[in-house]
Amino acid sequence: MYKEDFPFFKNTNTVYLDNAATTQKPSIVIDKIVEYYTHFCANTHRSNFGDANRATKEFENTRNILKDFINAKDSKQIIFTKGITESLNLIAATFAKKFKTVIISSLEHHSNVTPWHMQGRTLHDGLEVVNIKDNLEFDYEHFEELLKANPNSLVSVTHVSNAFGTRHDIKKIAQLTHKYDSYIMVDAAQSVAHFKVDVQDLDVDFYGMSGHKTYGPTGVGALYVKEELLKELPVYQTGGATINDVNFERSIMLDSPYKYEAGTQNIAGVIGFSQALNYLNNIGIEKVFEIEDELYKYLHNELEKIPGIILYNNVSNAIGSKSFNIESINCEDVGILLDKMHIAVRAGHHCAQPIMKKLNIDGTIRASVAFYNTKDDIDKFIEGLKKAIMMLKD
Amino acid sequence: MIENKIEEIKDDLEIFDDDLQKYEYIIDLGKSLEPLEEEHKKDENLVQGCTSKVWLVCEKEDDKLIFKADSNAAIVKGLVKILLTIYSGLTPNEILQMDKQVLHELKLEEIITPNRQSGVQGMIKRINEYAKAFA
Repeated sequence: MYKEDFPFFKNTNTVYLDNAATTQKPSIVIDKIVEYYTHFCANTHRSNFGDANRATKEFENTRNILKDFINAKDSKQIIFTKGITESLNLIAATFAKKFKTVIISSLEHHSNVTPWHMQGRTLHDGLEVVNIKDNLEFDYEHFEELLKANPNSLVSVTHVSNAFGTRHDIKKIAQLTHKYDSYIMVDAAQSVAHFKVDVQDLDVDFYGMSGHKTYGPTGVGALYVKEELLKELPVYQTGGATINDVNFERSIMLDSPYKYEAGTQNIAGVIGFSQALNYLNNIGIEKVFEIEDELYKYLHNELEKIPGIILYNNVSNAIGSKSFNIESINCEDVGILLDKMHIAVRAGHHCAQPIMKKLNIDGTIRASVAFYNTKDDIDKFIEGLKKAIMMLKD
Repeated sequence: MIENKIEEIKDDLEIFDDDLQKYEYIIDLGKSLEPLEEEHKKDENLVQGCTSKVWLVCEKEDDKLIFKADSNAAIVKGLVKILLTIYSGLTPNEILQMDKQVLHELKLEEIITPNRQSGVQGMIKRINEYAKAFA
C-alpha cells in the first residue's frame, strides 16, 4: 500500500530489501527538492530577498520538525551534517579530544571505528571495545568494567547495528555512562526511521542521524547535542555562515547551531528531509514499528526453515536488518544471483569488518526491511534465495 | 590456438539469453575445477584485488606454465576455471604476448560486478608476473 507513495517502485520490479543501506524516497521528498530548485533556489541565512527568506525559513523548518521528531528541547540543539559519518567525525575531532579514553562496542561499523584511529586512538591506547555476547547482545557487565577502569571517558555506540540489526538498550548504556562521569555519543543511523526515539528520555549527550536512511535525501544528516554541552562543543570547521564578526585580528562565532554549519549547506537536501519526517509523522512511527516488526518476524521465521541457514542473533533483540549465511556458500555469490533475479540485498562485510573478523566470517547476506515492504517481497526473496542455494551448492 | 580457446568460451557464454543462465554456466564450470591441494591455500598464494579468496600457484613443466587455482566463492571458481582454460599450458612468452583484455573479449564485463572484475584483473596480473619470472 505504501509503495504507491514511492516513485522508485513504479519504475522497477525490484524487490528492495537493502533499506539499511538507504531507503527509497517518497514523492513528496522528491517534489520538494524539485520545488526548491525550480521555485525558490537561493542561499540561506545571507540574502534578504524573498526567495532567500523562503529558503531560510524552510531550511529552519526542518530543524524544528527534527527537534520534535526526536523530542529535543530546542532547535539550536540540532546541527545539520552530511550524515552520521560526519557527525561522528565532528565529535572525534572536537569534544572527544578532552577524554583520555573512548569506549565503543564490538558491533560498530567503520564510521564509528576509523574516526578514532584517525585521532590516534588504538585498541587499549585511547580506545576500548565492549565485548558482545554470543547472541550479539551488548555485554553490559564488560561495559561497566571498562567504565570503572576508565571513568570520565567518551562512549560512542550504535543504537542499532548496521550489520546485524541488534538493538542496544541505549537508556541503560547512558545511565551507566553518566554513573562514571562519562559522556555518550549514539550512532542512530539505523534507529530513528524504525521506532520512536526520545533523546531526553534516553538521556544521551549526542545523537547522530542520517537523512537518507530515514526516507530523506542523501548527503544530509544531523547531530543532536544536549543543551548544556553546546557551550563545550568546539567548532569543527569554520567559514561562511558561522561568523558573527570578523576582522584580521579575530573571529567571533555565531551561536549554535550556526557556528557548526560552515559554508553553504545541502539546502535542497535539508528542505527535502523535512518532508520525509512529515511523511513518517503522518503514518506514525509507532505504526511503522508495528509493520516492520511483523515483517521482520515473518522474515526470520521463513529464513529459519531453510536448511543450512546460519542466523547470528535472535528475533527479540534485533530490528530492521536480518543478517545470515548459508553453510558452505559464499555470501557474495548469493547476493549476485539474487541481483540477477531482481532482488536487492546486501552481501559482504557491511562496512563492519571488525565484527566479521571476530565472528570469523567474510561477511553475511543482509536483508533489511522497511514499512513499505510486504510479505510478498519476503516470499519472493525466500524463493530467490532457495534458487540461488540450489545453483551454488555442490 | 589461444584465440580458439577464447572463441570457444565466448561462444559457450553467448548461448545463454539471460545473465542468470550465464551465471549458472559459470558456476557449473567452477564445479569442474580440480580442487587445489590444501597446502597451497596459504596467504602468500592469495591473489590481490579479489573480494573473495583466490589462491593461485604455478609450476613449469618443460617450457610450459601450469596454473592451479581455487576460490572460496562458486562464481569466482567458474571465472578461475575460464582463466586457467585460457592460460594454463602456455609458454611464458605466449602469456606475455597475450592481450590482457580477456574480460573485455569474453564480454564478461557486462555481467560481472566491478569488484569481481578487479579480481579477474588481479588473477591475470599474477599470471603475468609468473610468466615474467619464468621467461
